[in-house]
Amino acid sequence: MSFLRNTLNKVKPHFLKGGKLEKLYPAYDAFETFLFVPNHTTSTKCHVRDSIDLKRTMGTIILALIPCLIFGCYNIGYQYYSQFDPTFITQNFNSFFNLFLYGLMKVFPMIVVSYAVGLSIEFAFAVFRKHPVNEGYLVTGMLIPLIFPIDCPLWIVALSVIFAVVIGKEVFGGTGMNILNPALLARGFAFFAYPTKLSGDKVWVSEGGSDAISGETALGELATLVKDNVSQGHIDSVLSNFNNDGAYSLLNSFLGFIPGSIGETSVLAVLFGAVILLMTGLGSWRIMFSALIGGFFMASIFYFWNANGFMSLNPIHQLCIGGFMFAIVFMATDPVSAAQTNRGKLIYGFLCGFLGIMIRVFNPAYPEGIMLAILFMNVMAPLIDHYVVEASIKRRMNRIKI
Amino acid sequence: MEVKISNGKNISLKGSAKKIISEFLSTTYSLKPVDFHGLKPKLSIKVGESILAGDSLFFDKDFEKIHFVSPVSGKIERITRGNKRKLLEIVIKANKKNKYKKYNISGYENYNNDKLKDLFFKSGLWSLIKQRPFSIIADPIKVPKSIFISCFDSSPLAPDYNFILSSKEKEFQKGIDVISSFCDGKVHLNVDGNSDTSFFKKIQGTQLNNFYGPHPAGNVGIQIHHIDPINKGDIVWVISPQSIVTIGNFFLTGKYQNYKTIAVTGSELKKPQYFNVFQGVNAFELLKGNVISGNKRFISGNVLHGDVIEKNGHVGFFEDQITVIPEGDYFELFGWAMPGTKKYSFSRAFLSSFFNQKNLVLDTNMHGEERAYVVSGQYESVVPMDIFPVQLIKSILVEDVELMEKLGIYEVAPEDFALCEFACTSKMPVQEILRHGLDLVKKECS
Repeated sequence: MSFLRNTLNKVKPHFLKGGKLEKLYPAYDAFETFLFVPNHTTSTKCHVRDSIDLKRTMGTIILALIPCLIFGCYNIGYQYYSQFDPTFITQNFNSFFNLFLYGLMKVFPMIVVSYAVGLSIEFAFAVFRKHPVNEGYLVTGMLIPLIFPIDCPLWIVALSVIFAVVIGKEVFGGTGMNILNPALLARGFAFFAYPTKLSGDKVWVSEGGSDAISGETALGELATLVKDNVSQGHIDSVLSNFNNDGAYSLLNSFLGFIPGSIGETSVLAVLFGAVILLMTGLGSWRIMFSALIGGFFMASIFYFWNANGFMSLNPIHQLCIGGFMFAIVFMATDPVSAAQTNRGKLIYGFLCGFLGIMIRVFNPAYPEGIMLAILFMNVMAPLIDHYVVEASIKRRMNRIKI
Repeated sequence: MEVKISNGKNISLKGSAKKIISEFLSTTYSLKPVDFHGLKPKLSIKVGESILAGDSLFFDKDFEKIHFVSPVSGKIERITRGNKRKLLEIVIKANKKNKYKKYNISGYENYNNDKLKDLFFKSGLWSLIKQRPFSIIADPIKVPKSIFISCFDSSPLAPDYNFILSSKEKEFQKGIDVISSFCDGKVHLNVDGNSDTSFFKKIQGTQLNNFYGPHPAGNVGIQIHHIDPINKGDIVWVISPQSIVTIGNFFLTGKYQNYKTIAVTGSELKKPQYFNVFQGVNAFELLKGNVISGNKRFISGNVLHGDVIEKNGHVGFFEDQITVIPEGDYFELFGWAMPGTKKYSFSRAFLSSFFNQKNLVLDTNMHGEERAYVVSGQYESVVPMDIFPVQLIKSILVEDVELMEKLGIYEVAPEDFALCEFACTSKMPVQEILRHGLDLVKKECS
């Protein structure tokens, strides 16, 4: 430890005012504070401080994402082998490890690209604007790979990251100032700019380019039911996949053995993450809870309405497929882009869930409705907050009249 | 009235004062104009002059009748000035035996309001009265709509007023009697409903309010908000229980005798206990031999909203407490990533939240660097008022006075947001920002 400290102390003067590398101080500072919590002491009226800082906050959220990442890697391998070499899974004694390793080999480059590109931009802006590097991207950088399909080319990941960080965040002034959730924005950008690489039935399974496979997501299958003149035979065949022994059975959807974006498939893994976020108090229970209620409410309405095959799915099952659970736990709760007042959070969360399911069912072109719903609600969040705060102001005004 | 408060948090620190009281006299005492926020002081003495206890040291330039008086008799030893010759501290070398300036108080019961006020102005008693909004010395002209006395302190290691006041019932009652003649509204005594309130139940002419809940339930700003909230234009007086005793004592003896009991607390003390001292006592003489060696921070007041006591410095005017905690100027390798079995946090992001968090030793390390706001909901969970703290702070950052008024800035003082500053993930200097906002509003609206 003292060796590290001594080295830092030795090079530090070069980055301080008057040093040769003065301009790179934010970059140096980011490294130093990554290694050491600095020796700063309180200088204002409050002489003691809570031990938490943004690094700890972001670190804990990444920890909460690890179950999704691990299961995601495993599921990549599982989907691959079940398409191309089903016997491998049953025969091989170490199959869990092998499947996981296969997935990790595929996912790792995406994580590296996401962090390398995103952090480079963050550092560049920090140096250029002379402010410290903010930790916000640490979580975004992990979220982005988890919500992309596995077969998405790395250059699309890189482009999306650039778009999300520069247009989504830095033009507004950096972390804390952004209106939209950067990770979702990256996904949204890729979805609209390169639709063929982000949807369809070929991108969800690794190496799935060949025609031999059928790797459609549950939502993609269901979306085919929302058309005029769908034959009863087709409806039955699709819905049979959602029976207890089908590929998208409730159990499979809950555990996550279905095709989908890397980290989103397993509700169980998401729930592990949710427990960490709620236990540490870093994720808002108001948003998660009300989004769940909102989604369930909308799904129930559809279930009883039952106008097409998609709607006939029971509400619990509806919530378990696609990225719904992942999005309401990790995306909707992003404190910067969500509503910030307690009452606002309840309204915001409810509408996220409600609209998410509604878009998914009404518009088959956008099966990932929850992504669009949250982006839309991000824009609406300041408005919700405005009315919540305005109500408090009114209460204060009324007090004077009495 | 009964008021239950749910938002907030108690921080249990090591080193609470044992219920022993010792007498202590130091060689020097001081009065600091900076303790009276916003005051423009003008000196009425010179270095080397001899004075009595109760003699004026300086007065208010804006309202020259208001005097600030010496707690002890002796000689002016030095006058410290800061930037732009700002008056910081007047230090008095005390006589062995205190000699008082005597006032003739006979027949004060028949004084009209103005005459009584004049007595308060020249005797120094007025300096004991603060007002909300702005948490400054009370406006000498405006009439308060009510008077609030918080009879318990919920902040860390705070002194126990039930204990301090127990032998001073006569003075306390007298003080209440005199002070209540200034105001047509009520005099509120706010007590901790879970403690023994028998002392305060005996006091006549007041309304007793029971408060339940965690810190900042003991902050008078929170109490006012729940009982008789401040609207634009209102003035509420705020007086500490020991100041009431000083006022009462004045009308019993004719002497300004600001002799009070302070708690000497903190994890770095060998024997935390209570002391009877004159206002402005020399903290370093008081603590001599009582502090564990090492780099320590001496705080006049509590850890949440106290002031640093410099070397050989004195206790502040309004403070009833000294706290000594370790300095935290150390580096910590991967401190943000460690499990954190010994780290204290309102969040549960450290392993320590599974352990018993009582008798903590907290140091002055920042545990991170200042950032833009990212996390939400933290401030709200420690501010038990119908106020949006983050929105208010942001309105101050953009200096929008109208919005500050709408968001309720008249109802808060920096100390009410002290827990926000403690809990803030982004390490914002919340109390400084709020003080800046109050100064702005005061300047624009008066």
